[in-house]
Amino acid sequence: MSLSTDDRRAQDSRTPPVKTRAAAGDRPVTKEMPLRHRLRRDRTLILMTLPAMVLLLVFAYIPLAGNVVAFQDYDPYIADNAFQAIAQSPWVGFEWFQQMVNDRLFWSALRNTLAIFLLQLTLFFPVPILLALFINSFVRPRVRAVAQAILYLPHFFSWVLVVTVFQQMFGGAGLIAQTLRENGHEGFDLMTDPGLFKFLITFEMIWKDAGWGVIVFLAALAAVSPDLYEASAMDGANRWRRMWHITLPALRPVVALLLVLQVGNALTVGFEQILLQRTAVGPGASEVLDTYVWNVGITNGGFSYAAAVGIIKGIFGLLLVLGANKVAHLMGEQGVYKK
Amino acid sequence: MLSGLTGLGGVKPGTRGRLRPVWEEEPSKTGLASKGVVMVLICLAVLFPLWVVIVTSLSSVKTITEAGGLVVIPRGITFVAYQELLGGGQVTRAALISVCVTVVGTLFSMAVSILCAYGLSRTGSVLHRPLLVFMLATMFFGAGLIPTYLVVQGLGLTDSYLALILPSALNVFNILVLRAFFMSTAQELVESARIDGAGDFRILWQIVMPLSRAVIAVITLFYAVGYWSAWFNASIYISDPDMLPLQNVMNQLVLKQERPTGLTQVINTGHLSLLAVQMAVMVLALIPVAFLSPFVQKHFKEGMLTGAVKG
Repeated sequence: MSLSTDDRRAQDSRTPPVKTRAAAGDRPVTKEMPLRHRLRRDRTLILMTLPAMVLLLVFAYIPLAGNVVAFQDYDPYIADNAFQAIAQSPWVGFEWFQQMVNDRLFWSALRNTLAIFLLQLTLFFPVPILLALFINSFVRPRVRAVAQAILYLPHFFSWVLVVTVFQQMFGGAGLIAQTLRENGHEGFDLMTDPGLFKFLITFEMIWKDAGWGVIVFLAALAAVSPDLYEASAMDGANRWRRMWHITLPALRPVVALLLVLQVGNALTVGFEQILLQRTAVGPGASEVLDTYVWNVGITNGGFSYAAAVGIIKGIFGLLLVLGANKVAHLMGEQGVYKK
Repeated sequence: MLSGLTGLGGVKPGTRGRLRPVWEEEPSKTGLASKGVVMVLICLAVLFPLWVVIVTSLSSVKTITEAGGLVVIPRGITFVAYQELLGGGQVTRAALISVCVTVVGTLFSMAVSILCAYGLSRTGSVLHRPLLVFMLATMFFGAGLIPTYLVVQGLGLTDSYLALILPSALNVFNILVLRAFFMSTAQELVESARIDGAGDFRILWQIVMPLSRAVIAVITLFYAVGYWSAWFNASIYISDPDMLPLQNVMNQLVLKQERPTGLTQVINTGHLSLLAVQMAVMVLALIPVAFLSPFVQKHFKEGMLTGAVKG
């Protein structure tokens, strides 16, 4: 938005800027305008962001600093208040991190985390894409709308509800076991089987969120120009060729973006969901890094060690996001942020 | 969606009047039928468990005993379980707490998010970039569970409803969606209002917000569902059982198979099935979400896309 000289002069003058502001979207950044004038001009906007910034400061940035407890021998009972306790706790350097290397449970949690991530990547990730292609193949708008309405629904259920629904279906007293027993077969309990646990939670994830994931892909499909289909049909491409050469390439950027996001979250797999089912199958099969931190820190009061595990998880998570994004850029996709 | 099809340079009515682009081959009958069956099966996979839960919650002790557990075909509908649950006691209290936390939390989150999104939507304002970066950076790091817990504890929020609202009040992604939408609303209107002497608050309230109803509805639903579904914060910050919200009580009643306080006698005397009570709690947790989301549904795509593309 370019400004006429008149506008600029008006802004340079000391008159209150309210009525002379010309541009709404792009505030003119003029070198001539002193900072205090611009601060004065934009004070309402800054004021508006203030509550959010305070919340972020308190619940995102201060906890970041709170990670210092990983380098301490934090004792919650040393003072009345957590902040005072942090100030008074003795420093121990990297002791907790050294301990982590020799901690069998930590490595087991890491292994479980990665195993669940790989399962998600191979079993969960393709489902929304396939569903979107399937829904998209229906021509009647009514059918598509109803299908979407039903498939979106579970996304809005809480994990407690989803896990409970699964227990009622696949648990020892669940509907399927119940029907099997009535017909003289042996019942079964999927919910307490440690061997199948990782598949169970992936299955739950698909039930809950695959339908929701469809939205993005459907939108990408809707954005494809019909001219392309028409032209290729004229050239004699059958429906499978059209799918291969037009539909799938149209999904490519979205798939790349979501893959990046997924890989970036590789170490954060279904925390709440797993926590709810942890007791049913035992920590051996279900413990992931997040639940390990919760168990060591919150349940058993090992705050310092748990914070150390959390830091390692955070650092590797950040590296994964940056790395995955780099790969996306190399592939010629945009990724999460631009170069 | 129809409008998308009419631009194809011609559509032809199919066998039963449906609209199909001219270049598409007529599908075979068996192909259509099998596609339909698969679609119905997929939808049933979502709906059937919910159906069973609802039907069981409405069944009498006799029906449940006859079925040997969960009920699939409704017979002898009764509302006893709901009457008992909502007639005072632990579940009623938990449901009220959940409703209050959801309403208050959502209003708070929306107010803060909308203000922040608008404040950051005027590019070129002073401090615009640093504030934006300050916000965006939080998307790349999570402070971690333990330090967050310590901060909430240090602020003295444990065993207070504020612990259920404040730590998770903001979702940066939601703010980005709002901001992207605010930036795309007609700037001419905003400009003319400014010339007429309207301040930023007035512009936001009278011009930008009415124009952004769709996205505001979607984000409100997202926040509301977040508060309604939350159970983890309560599980670590709330130790008083009388302060627990519905999801936590449901967790105790159904997953941990604890008997609801105050209802044990009714269940033991055989007037009420424990299973029906458990299913009724699930239905209570399900109702608001199942009823609200269809109203907002038509705006999902819009909201999601603005976020995905510009965020």
